[in-house]
Amino acid sequence: MKYETVIGLEVHAQLLTESKLFCACSTKFGSGPNTQVCPVCLGLPGVLPVLNGKSVEFAVKMALAVNCSVNAKSVFARKNYFYPDLPKGYQISQYTEPLAERGYLDIDTNGGKRIGITRIHMEEDAGKLLHGEGPEDSGSSFVDLNRAGVPLIEIVSEPDMRSADEAQAYLKSLRDIIVYLEICSGNMEEGSFRCDANVSIRPVGAEKLGTKAELKNMNSFKFVKEAIEYEVERQIDVVESGGKVVQETRLFDSAKGITASMRSKEEAHDYRYFPDPDLLPLVVSDDLIEGQRKTLPELPEAKRTRFIKDYSIPAYDAGVLTASRDLANYYEEVVKATNEPKVSSNWVMGELLRLLKEDARDVRDCAVTPASIAGLIEMIKNGGISGKMAKEVFEAMYKTGKTPQEIVKSTGMAQISNEDELSRIIDDVITRNPDNFARYKAGRVQLFGFFVGETMKATKGQANPQVINKLLKEKLDK
Amino acid sequence: MSITKKDVLHAADLARLELTAEEQDLYTEQLSRILNYVEKLSELDTTGIAPTTYTVPLKTVMRADESRPSLPHEEALSNAPDSDKDCFKVPRIIE
Amino acid sequence: MDLNSLTIHALSEKLSKKEVSSVEATKAYLERIGAVDDKIKAFLIVTADEALKQAEEADKRRAQNNNITPLTGVPISVKDIFCTKGIRTTCASKILAGFVPPYDSTVVARLKDAGAVILGKNNMDEFAMGSSTENSAFQKTANPWALDRVPGGSSGGSAASVAALECAASVGTDTGGSIRQPAALCGVVGFKPTYGRVSRFGMIAFASSLDQAGPFTRDTIDSAIMLKAMAGFDPRDSTSIDAPVPDYLSEIEKGVAGLKIGIPKEYFIEGMDAEVEASVREALKILEKEGAVLVPVSLPHTEYAVAVYYLVATAEASSNLARFDGVKYGLRVNESGNLLDMYKKTRDSGFGGEVKRRIMLGTYSLSAGYYDAYYKKASEVRTLIKNDFETAFKACDIIATPTTPTPAFRFGEKVADPLTMYLSDIFTISCNLAGIPGVSIPCGFTKENLPIGLQILGRPLDETTVLRAARAYERAAGCTLQAPAL
Repeated sequence: MKYETVIGLEVHAQLLTESKLFCACSTKFGSGPNTQVCPVCLGLPGVLPVLNGKSVEFAVKMALAVNCSVNAKSVFARKNYFYPDLPKGYQISQYTEPLAERGYLDIDTNGGKRIGITRIHMEEDAGKLLHGEGPEDSGSSFVDLNRAGVPLIEIVSEPDMRSADEAQAYLKSLRDIIVYLEICSGNMEEGSFRCDANVSIRPVGAEKLGTKAELKNMNSFKFVKEAIEYEVERQIDVVESGGKVVQETRLFDSAKGITASMRSKEEAHDYRYFPDPDLLPLVVSDDLIEGQRKTLPELPEAKRTRFIKDYSIPAYDAGVLTASRDLANYYEEVVKATNEPKVSSNWVMGELLRLLKEDARDVRDCAVTPASIAGLIEMIKNGGISGKMAKEVFEAMYKTGKTPQEIVKSTGMAQISNEDELSRIIDDVITRNPDNFARYKAGRVQLFGFFVGETMKATKGQANPQVINKLLKEKLDK
Repeated sequence: MSITKKDVLHAADLARLELTAEEQDLYTEQLSRILNYVEKLSELDTTGIAPTTYTVPLKTVMRADESRPSLPHEEALSNAPDSDKDCFKVPRIIE
Repeated sequence: MDLNSLTIHALSEKLSKKEVSSVEATKAYLERIGAVDDKIKAFLIVTADEALKQAEEADKRRAQNNNITPLTGVPISVKDIFCTKGIRTTCASKILAGFVPPYDSTVVARLKDAGAVILGKNNMDEFAMGSSTENSAFQKTANPWALDRVPGGSSGGSAASVAALECAASVGTDTGGSIRQPAALCGVVGFKPTYGRVSRFGMIAFASSLDQAGPFTRDTIDSAIMLKAMAGFDPRDSTSIDAPVPDYLSEIEKGVAGLKIGIPKEYFIEGMDAEVEASVREALKILEKEGAVLVPVSLPHTEYAVAVYYLVATAEASSNLARFDGVKYGLRVNESGNLLDMYKKTRDSGFGGEVKRRIMLGTYSLSAGYYDAYYKKASEVRTLIKNDFETAFKACDIIATPTTPTPAFRFGEKVADPLTMYLSDIFTISCNLAGIPGVSIPCGFTKENLPIGLQILGRPLDETTVLRAARAYERAAGCTLQAPAL
């Protein structure tokens, strides 16, 4: 039998606010355990949550970017369960009335596809658990509550994806957007962008959805793809061998490349959601929504299309250049100064990204300004330096932050293109090599290269090869 | 609606309460009586009636996104029954 | 007259005239506590050293004429549900063993700012769950008028401490009558403000959508003084109302002439104590004589209030009390080194019977399959109850009723049967469900010399009219302070 895969994703994104969702503790990553906690996020008795306005703005921004309608009123609810990383014994989330609903995102696999977004809601993150090691601590776990209360949005998709590739494309696209909006770092390894996948299979043509497994613990795009692919094979095997897929949570083991059932001893989840009486419903005004709409930047998809069209660069270039908002802005500034989109793209995508990647640096921290790159491109164009020299100049620019002019000047790397000067040098070369000159004149035209080489030697390689060619031809062939 | 001992045990499990055999019987009996009493609510037709959770005027209170100093680390852990390695210490969690 | 039997306003006058110092008044109260609290057991902790320090500060403040309020130098107590920075806070529960909050509740902070001296913290029903203060994990508080009877609850320690002259005033909390019912049973004034009028920050939550703090005082003028100090928007409580706090005192003597007082027939029911009914009817006559117009009103869903309350309050409580898990503070029982076992044993031995019963009920009514029939249904009927009041307040300005169907009952009388105990809150519960303000004021005694309370309810945020009517009755009835012989 042929099977169809059905995938829906639940994505959690940590919002880049300065303070937590319901208290004023810092959200900074990597501080010592339990140094960013207060009575509110520790769940001490009697304290109350107060909503961070910025987190609402960020969540609305995301909702608009993926075409959701923002509910005028949404309700914070308590999700009740016991776990040591959950200080209040409940997580403040949104349940029956989320912040936003009914959006979509277009992905460009197989000629493009629209993935529905069911809802986006706001919630608080839990703390972190560290499990003890060694004979003394092996019986204990340790709770760090710095992360407890950090704002999250959860983006729930419709079960619209039909392959691991589609799921990956959707996830990448979602990450691009969220990073563009500057509301989340998008870092999957640090866990600030996390993805769970609901995966099921059904016979091709069937209407009814199969029983789904929820996959967790996939902290890279690669793992998402691997986990889904493994899980689909597993489910097909189960069904083909006469078994039934059971609804369960399965953890991806990246070392083994498999998913394994989380055999939790806990009873079936019964979260007892109810509206949080400590927080009034969240009323989002039209003013807030329209205000956020105005701040929406051009999104990756739109920018890519515009780059291809306006700059006539290949789709591949456009994709690379729009991977981050900073890089795209950088590139556009270079083009503005040079009016050479493809040459500019070659430099930004080639040398610049290569060096940045070697240093694991962001374009934001790059010493080379767009104006400097433009200057370099200009120098090549008017023969000031050769392409080969330009690469050396560029490395020096990257290391020192100096302009190409400064570098060329200080290293004497300028190219000699002056015809009078080169003419004198060539005359001198010919005078010093009367034998070869005579042989050339007698028909040994292969000796042309010899004269180019001698001229280059005489100028320490700085002569403009085009000019040399032109002048030599005139002088030798006259 | 009457409540069975099984229901009581399920609720106790959700609420993380260990009940003695005596308590199990007592609560089964008492909760049954209370639930029988609240059954009178079903006399009322509440079709189209919105539930009330909040009696105050709806106005969303929002805080500016500014971080303020947290509790001093020692104070954060000072009430903990057990702590070590700058963390709250709990019996190991078996996944 | 003894210093410790003065009202706040009388003591305040003496303080401002320098006839007495706050330190003297504080010492008088500490002596009184030392003399009678063995019998009353209204205090869980007496903070004598801190109180004397605060009294010295208050005397300085008065001497320097620096930001004086009517409460500056006045010794009061607070229910042990309010977090107090650096002073252990128990909520009368074993589960909070050893807990010392690193913060003051807003109520305590505001009273301290006003210059009040805090003598100590009052006994209560564990987590404010109860109507008799018998559910305290630590001690039973006696009714100062009859030591073999309960003071009411859950703020029984607060009511008893004011009645027994152990403090000038106290602060309690009211979720379903926990201020008004003990005030009625102990013969003092107990005021529950509009939900959201007073910040809940730092007040340990029982049922968050119903809990509201309010004062216990010797008269209504003192109520106005305390309320003024406590009330007002708090940026740390998203449910506190951002509305100006009126000057309650400036309106309080305006009388009731022309005021329409609604008398709901559902609150004069069969089975209520005859002496209670007679006293309340007599009080209504006095108000009528003062120029008020009595109008019959109906609150038809009153009979459902207890059911709604016990579903809503317990559901919220089951969640509010989940944080007591032995991880971050308080009691931990860890015998086996197993997490689930630690949770269960800690909570089983840390919570008392009534608390466990309510957590069970609340957990059950929120659990899968029952939410609609219980929690949601109750929340819908809550709307009907709220609407009853809105309709009634179109025909009247305030509503007057008995506070309780009976006077103080004996220890143990209702403990065995939780439902009977719950039903004793029948007159006070609707007010919390609707979020409106209400007061209980003394309106006489039974033949056995047990106090009786008159309840006055008002429109949302209209504490002013409630206080005005209560004051009019107090003045016309010639109420002077009645103190039990101890």
